Amino acid sequence: MSAAFLDHLRTAFPPDRLLTAPAALAAYESDALTAFQQRPLAVVIPVTQEEVIAAVKACHRFGVPFVARGSGTSLSGGSLPIKDGIVIALNRLNRILRLDPQQRLAVVEPGVINLDITRAAAPYGLLFAPDPSSQPVCTIGGNVAFNSGGAHCLKYGMTTNHVLALKVVLPDGEVAELGSDSLESVEADYVGLFGGSEGLFGIALEITVQLLPKPEVYRTLLAAYRSLEAAGDAVSSVIASGLLPGAMEIMDHLSIQAAEAAVHPGYPLDAAALLIVELEGERAQVEAEWQRLQAVIHASGPYLVKVAQNEEERAKIWKGRKSAFSAVGRLSPDYIVQDGVVPRRRLGEALAEIEKLSAKWGIRVANVFHAGDGNLHPLIMFDGREPGALARAEQLASEIIDLCIRLGGSITGEHGVGMEKRGYLPRQFSASDMAAMWALRKAIDPAELANRGKVFPGDAPAAQAHHVGSHPLERAGVIARE
Amino acid sequence: MATDLRDLQEAVRESARVRAHGACTKCAPIQEGVRALDLSAYSGVIEYHPTEFVITAWAGTPVAEVQDLLARHGQYLPFDPLLAERGATLGGTVAANACGPERYRYGGARDFLIGVRLIDGNGALIQGGGKVVKNAAGFDYPKLMVGSLGTLGILTEVTFKVFPKPEAYTTLRVALPSLGDALALLPTLTNCPYDLNAIDILVDPEDERATLFIRVGGLAAGLPQRMARVRALCGAGELMDEADEAAFWHAARAFTWLHAGESAVKVPLTPARIPALDVHLRGLQRRYSVGGNVAWIATDDLSRLDAILKSLALAGLVLVNAQGDPRIGWRRPNPFAERVARALDPEGKFRL
Repeated sequence: MSAAFLDHLRTAFPPDRLLTAPAALAAYESDALTAFQQRPLAVVIPVTQEEVIAAVKACHRFGVPFVARGSGTSLSGGSLPIKDGIVIALNRLNRILRLDPQQRLAVVEPGVINLDITRAAAPYGLLFAPDPSSQPVCTIGGNVAFNSGGAHCLKYGMTTNHVLALKVVLPDGEVAELGSDSLESVEADYVGLFGGSEGLFGIALEITVQLLPKPEVYRTLLAAYRSLEAAGDAVSSVIASGLLPGAMEIMDHLSIQAAEAAVHPGYPLDAAALLIVELEGERAQVEAEWQRLQAVIHASGPYLVKVAQNEEERAKIWKGRKSAFSAVGRLSPDYIVQDGVVPRRRLGEALAEIEKLSAKWGIRVANVFHAGDGNLHPLIMFDGREPGALARAEQLASEIIDLCIRLGGSITGEHGVGMEKRGYLPRQFSASDMAAMWALRKAIDPAELANRGKVFPGDAPAAQAHHVGSHPLERAGVIARE
Repeated sequence: MATDLRDLQEAVRESARVRAHGACTKCAPIQEGVRALDLSAYSGVIEYHPTEFVITAWAGTPVAEVQDLLARHGQYLPFDPLLAERGATLGGTVAANACGPERYRYGGARDFLIGVRLIDGNGALIQGGGKVVKNAAGFDYPKLMVGSLGTLGILTEVTFKVFPKPEAYTTLRVALPSLGDALALLPTLTNCPYDLNAIDILVDPEDERATLFIRVGGLAAGLPQRMARVRALCGAGELMDEADEAAFWHAARAFTWLHAGESAVKVPLTPARIPALDVHLRGLQRRYSVGGNVAWIATDDLSRLDAILKSLALAGLVLVNAQGDPRIGWRRPNPFAERVARALDPEGKFRL
């Protein structure tokens, strides 16, 4: 069966773009969630949309499951291969097909790197807003599939909020066009449904994104607090004051130490928590907001406030923040990251609870998170070489996820359910919600070929390593787990 | 306030065809043989913590009621819902994707709806999304419901994220000889780094002259300076006085500019496609809103407009005074949509 399937693929792909040798497949065994590893049957590397469609049709004809993959930066195991299935690697489908500065949009293929869209738009004073920390390497196809976020979601939303249209290949090879170039629409938002469906509805072949004018000015400050709770309360005060910052981020003591050691952003080392707030927009508006922000921050009881005086200082503040996770990662041989969300007014409560759980399990937890969105990123540290350590870290992670659900939040803010959290989805949604989602999945993909085994609880877990380690790109400082 | 949804679920299960409605500010007359389900009794705010900037309400809640409550806390629905003054409900606003001119600034209903509860064609009550502003768990039913026109489910509960309301507004009016002149100026405005809340173009059917209306909102302190720069960019224009500008945008949202017997048709498009459409619309009242992304056309001859839209491969929606199926113009075959409908409405109970 698989021999016939591979023979069929060989008629469509030359040997250098159809990988079957174990050594060649090894590079695709896992994504940024290195805890899971699975060798696929084969990897195909299409260079045209037609080849993607041909690969999907072949899978459908032979009943072989497939996983689409870009740079493999998924933190939830979303692009983990399927046993006896193939990986459709989209990195070489990476053309910017159209850039229309007048209409502020770009039409791109799924393998285009997130940051390359902004690079192409920059000469026209435009940018692509979604900015996941992995933006120098992650691809737009993955961003769409997982509705990726980033530090600047507070004001302008996630990836889907910036996608106008999609050309997709459905799991049986049929092609559909969703949405249009217009910002508005007169039909159900199928683009919105496809976004964040984690590869279960098919593969995006062409993605039309809106571009925004680059903000005229940024004003960034850093406030240091004696307690994590005080920083959390400051976030609530900023939001309650009617300000709408572009970003609000918190780092705890452990992350501050690690970031300072790694990239020397000049953070105060004795702080229990740091709050970064950034305003962006038009000069006159930002200046007026800046006055108000400073008043709110000073009233929130920080013991130190630093203001970025120029672009270089601003970049330094963000460098520390964006490298925090890989930096904390160096403190521990292994770690797991969660990305649960709590209502913003309950941030302080959530942080206190996590502290208690950390003490209860005797496991160090560092916190670096998108505070403005209530999106936590507890980083649970352990040593996988110690017997039972991974299991205990996972127990703690599970309790944090339950905490997020109990506080009225979500099990994932931006990483997706993927492989990692598929067991938790039924804790957040009722049996009838799950049944409806399953029915939708089956109506779109009756044979469950597209990213089989993800999102929904299932029985065949992939091989799980005990020593997690970090992703090669992470060690190189290119990506971070946030 | 009715809160038991079992009656609604039962009604869906036992009826061959069902049409949900609220205040009927937008719906076409309901056909014979279709069971009408009035959602207006499912009304009221369910959860609102002002510091959370999130609000949950029954789908039958009047938009105006929510806007009043939010305004008391300095907050608003940034997608600028239409027809609120006429009693439009939250559910209808989402189902019809009824967003106004200020949708230009921060996005449409799709960008602010973060959670829904709905009854699907099987009579099942489904929850999608949630009550937190960031949420990647589960399929995005909230977005799917935006613009679904009641064909994929009956909304019973909606959750929106909200934003701080601009403290003050100001509007610049730029009179131009023709639509072409307005369109020529448009990219300068849409690409500038100034934060503009709305950009609309009105064409006068009497003399075909065009007027650009540019609205800016924010902290009162920065407004005069910001507007002076917009005016410099346009090279001309007069500031509207406060009462006039509020009345102008109010009229745009309430469709008080329609003549008796006219329908208002929404046509999503891009600025580049406006000229080819506009040549067919001489003599009609029309507004190009949301920076040239939406045409609002007033007409008493829907079949003529339907033919025009079809010839240009444009889709339209009769939002006010619809007669039959509100969808007019061109429609692209969509196999994805067919599969979605198969799951959510297998028996076609909600079909238009």
